[in-house]
Amino acid sequence: MIVAKTGNEAMAYAMKQCRPDVVAAYPITPSTEIVQIFSSFVADGLVDTEYVPVESEHSAMSACIGAAASGARAMTATASQGLALMHEMLFIAAGLRLPIVMCVASRSLSSPLNIHCDHSDSVASRDSGWIQIFCESSQEGYDSVIQAVKIAERAYLPVIVAIDGFILSHCMERLEILSDEEVSDFLGEFKPNYSLLDTKNPITVGPACLPDSYFEHKRAEAEGIRQAKGIIEEVIEEYRKRFHRYYPVIDEYQAEDAEVVVLAMGSTVGTAKIAVDELRAQGKKVGALKLRFFRPLFSEKLVASLRKFKVVGILDRAEAMNSYISPLATEIRAALYHQTEKPLIVSYVYGLGGREITQEDIKVVFEELIHIKETQKVKDEVSYIGVR
Amino acid sequence: MSKLVSWQELPCGAIITDTKRVLENKTGAWRSFRPVWNKEKCINCLTCWIYCPDAAIILKDGKHQGINYEYCKGCGICAEVCPKKVQAITMVKEEK
Amino acid sequence: MMPSIKELSREPELFSSGHRACTGCGEVLAVRQVLLAAIKPVACVMPTGCLEIVSTIYPHTAWQVPMFHSAFENAAATISGMEAAYRVLKRKGKITEDINFIAFGGDGGTYDIGFQALSGAVERRHRFLYVCLDNEAYMNTGIQRSSATPLGAHTTTSPAGKVKPGKLEWRKDIVEIMIAHDIPYAAQATVWNWNDLANKVRKALSINGPSFINVLVPCPLGWGYHSSQTITLSKLAVETCFWPLYECENHKYRLNYVPKEKLPVTEWLKLQDRFRHLFRPENKSLLDAFQEEVDRRWEQLNKKVKCFD
Repeated sequence: MIVAKTGNEAMAYAMKQCRPDVVAAYPITPSTEIVQIFSSFVADGLVDTEYVPVESEHSAMSACIGAAASGARAMTATASQGLALMHEMLFIAAGLRLPIVMCVASRSLSSPLNIHCDHSDSVASRDSGWIQIFCESSQEGYDSVIQAVKIAERAYLPVIVAIDGFILSHCMERLEILSDEEVSDFLGEFKPNYSLLDTKNPITVGPACLPDSYFEHKRAEAEGIRQAKGIIEEVIEEYRKRFHRYYPVIDEYQAEDAEVVVLAMGSTVGTAKIAVDELRAQGKKVGALKLRFFRPLFSEKLVASLRKFKVVGILDRAEAMNSYISPLATEIRAALYHQTEKPLIVSYVYGLGGREITQEDIKVVFEELIHIKETQKVKDEVSYIGVR
Repeated sequence: MSKLVSWQELPCGAIITDTKRVLENKTGAWRSFRPVWNKEKCINCLTCWIYCPDAAIILKDGKHQGINYEYCKGCGICAEVCPKKVQAITMVKEEK
Repeated sequence: MMPSIKELSREPELFSSGHRACTGCGEVLAVRQVLLAAIKPVACVMPTGCLEIVSTIYPHTAWQVPMFHSAFENAAATISGMEAAYRVLKRKGKITEDINFIAFGGDGGTYDIGFQALSGAVERRHRFLYVCLDNEAYMNTGIQRSSATPLGAHTTTSPAGKVKPGKLEWRKDIVEIMIAHDIPYAAQATVWNWNDLANKVRKALSINGPSFINVLVPCPLGWGYHSSQTITLSKLAVETCFWPLYECENHKYRLNYVPKEKLPVTEWLKLQDRFRHLFRPENKSLLDAFQEEVDRRWEQLNKKVKCFD
C-alpha cells in the first residue's frame, strides 16, 4: 500500500507492525513523535503492547533491558541527549545480548544546545556493541525497523535504526508499507535466548565478572557482533526476495567506472546522488557510496568496494575532536591500511547541528577530490564543509 | 577455584544457569571462631536459624541438627541470640 | 497472616550458603528473611552494590530465584520493564503462573542514585515490592556517606576530623517520601524483628501496586562493631526509637512495635565506632541534637498514627 508519512510516522508504524511486547520511552526532539504516535496506537487498541512512559531515557533503556531479559520483544526511540543519557545502558543491553530495537532520529549533542541533525549521538555510541543502521530515506527507515527486529532476534544483539532528525523525521514522503500479516510472517514469534520469568529454571543475569572471566565474555560479545554480519546479509536478502526492496550494506551509485567517489551515511547520500548525476552529465567519472551499517563495520566489503577508486571523500556528520581525522574516515582508512593498492581517503566534516548541505556543496567536494586525484596531494587532513 | 574456560565455552550474555555451583565456595574457611552447639541444651526455638546470615544452621523436620561448618563464617550471631536461659551455642577459638 | 518460625522453616532457602558477604552481614540476612517470607514464585532485581558483589561473582550465584542486576541507578526502572513484560506475556498466554516482583536496593541505590527511577516506578504503579536494605552508607565502595547516613556518623567521605565531627546533616526520610507518592503500602522494619518483617513482606506482596519496605541492616564493617552484635544493634535501633517499626497502609499509619521503655539513643550509638567521636565532651551538643531529632520524629510519628486512626 502507498501512503504519505513523515519519517517519525513511518518508524512508529513499523514499530506497531513489529508488535513489540513492551515499549518504554521518554520524549525527546526530534524523535518525540515516534513514541507519541506509538502510544496512540496503544491507546486505540491497535497494538497489544505494554507502553511504559518512563521518567528518563536511562530508565527507558533500563526498562527495555528488564523486559527483554524477561523474554519480551522490547523497543524504544530516542535521540541526542537521550541517547547520551542511555549510554551506560547501551553497553549493558549489548553485553547481556538482548535484542532491543531502538529508533533514533539523529541529532547533535550539547553543548551548545541544538536540536537539529548530525550523527554525533550514534557515533558516540559506536563501541557499545549495538548494530547501527543509518537510513537514507524514511522508506528505508521503515524497512530497516522491520529488518532490525529480525536481525536483533537472530543475532541476540540490540540494533539502532537511525533516520536523520528533522530532515527525515519531520519530512513527508511517499511510503510503501507492508501489510501487518506480511510483517508478522517475516518476523515470526520471538524466541528469547533466556527469560527471567522462567521461575522454574531460575537464572542470574548480570553477574560480576572478575579479571578471570570478564575478558572472555567481552571477546565472546565481539564475536557475536562479527557473526551478525552473515545474519544481516541473510535478512536483507530475505527481505528483498519477499518484498522486492533491497538495501545492500554498501550501496554503490554510479560507481562502476568512477575514479572519484564520496561515501556518506544517512540522507546526505540522496543529495550526493544528485550531485553525481549533475557531474556525470558533464562527463565526470564520479560516484557515491552509501554506508548503511556503521556497526558492524563491513570492513571486508568496504575494502573490496573502495580499492577500485582513486580518491574517496568521506562525508562525516560528526566530529572526532582532534582524533587524526573524522570518525568514519578514521575507520575506513584503518580498514584499508593493509592494501597495497588503495585510494586516497579524504576526510570531510559537514552538517553539524543541522547545517544544510546541498548538491552544490558536494559538487565542490567532488571538484576538490578530482584535483587531489590529479595532483595526488591532500592539502587538509580534515576539511569542514560550509563553515564560515 | 573454578575451572577456567575459554571464550567459546561461555553462555551468551554471561548469564548463570547453574545456581547450585555457589556451594563450591566453602566460606567456612573464613572462620576464626567456631560455634559449638549443645544438642542437650537446645530447645529448638530456631532463633539461631532465623538470624544466620549464611543459612548455616542445619534443620530437619523443623529441628536443629547442628551447624554446617562448610559455610559457617563464625560471626557469633547464633551464640548471641540463643536465649540466655538456654545457652546452647558457645564460641570457641578455631584450631588450625 | 503472621508466619511462625516453624512455618518459615519449611520454606526453601532461596539465598544460598556460599555467598561472600562479610561475617555477620545484616544485609544478606534481610534478603534471606524476605525470601523465606515471600509469596512465591518471585523474580528479583538488585542494583550494583555490596549485595550484587557478594552474591553473584561469576560463575557463582547465591540466588535460587531469577535475579537480575544491570546497573546502579535503575533497579526500579528495570523491574518496571520486567513487570510490564510479565503483564503482557501473561495476557498473551505465554506465562500462566502468578509471579511476584521484588527489588533489593541498598540505601545508595535507593535514597540517592536510584531515587529518580524509584519515584517514577512508584508513580506509574507497577506491581512490585521494593526492599531497601539500609545500612546507612555506601558500604560497597568503602563506607562513604549517603543521604541515609545519620547525623554525626563518621564515614570515609564525612570523616570525623579536627574541625568537622562527621556527617553534618540528618538522614533523608525515605519512607515518608514514598508515602508522599501515595504508595499503597510503605513500612519500616529490621532484621531483629523477623516476624514483623515477614508479615510486612506478605502484606506488601498481596497489594495490587507498588510497595516499599525500608529494612535497617546493621553492617559490622561500616558501623564498627563485632559481627555477633548485628541483631543486638538492630534491636537497639528500635528500642531507642531511632528506627520505629511502623507501616502506612492506604494512608493509615500503624506502629507495629512500641518499646516498653524508650531507651536513650546513646545506648545504640555507643556500640558503634562510627559514632565514637560523638562521646567526646566537645561534641556533646551534637549528641543532644541527635537525641532531640529522634524524639521529634518519634513524637511526630505517634501523632500521625493517632491522627489517621
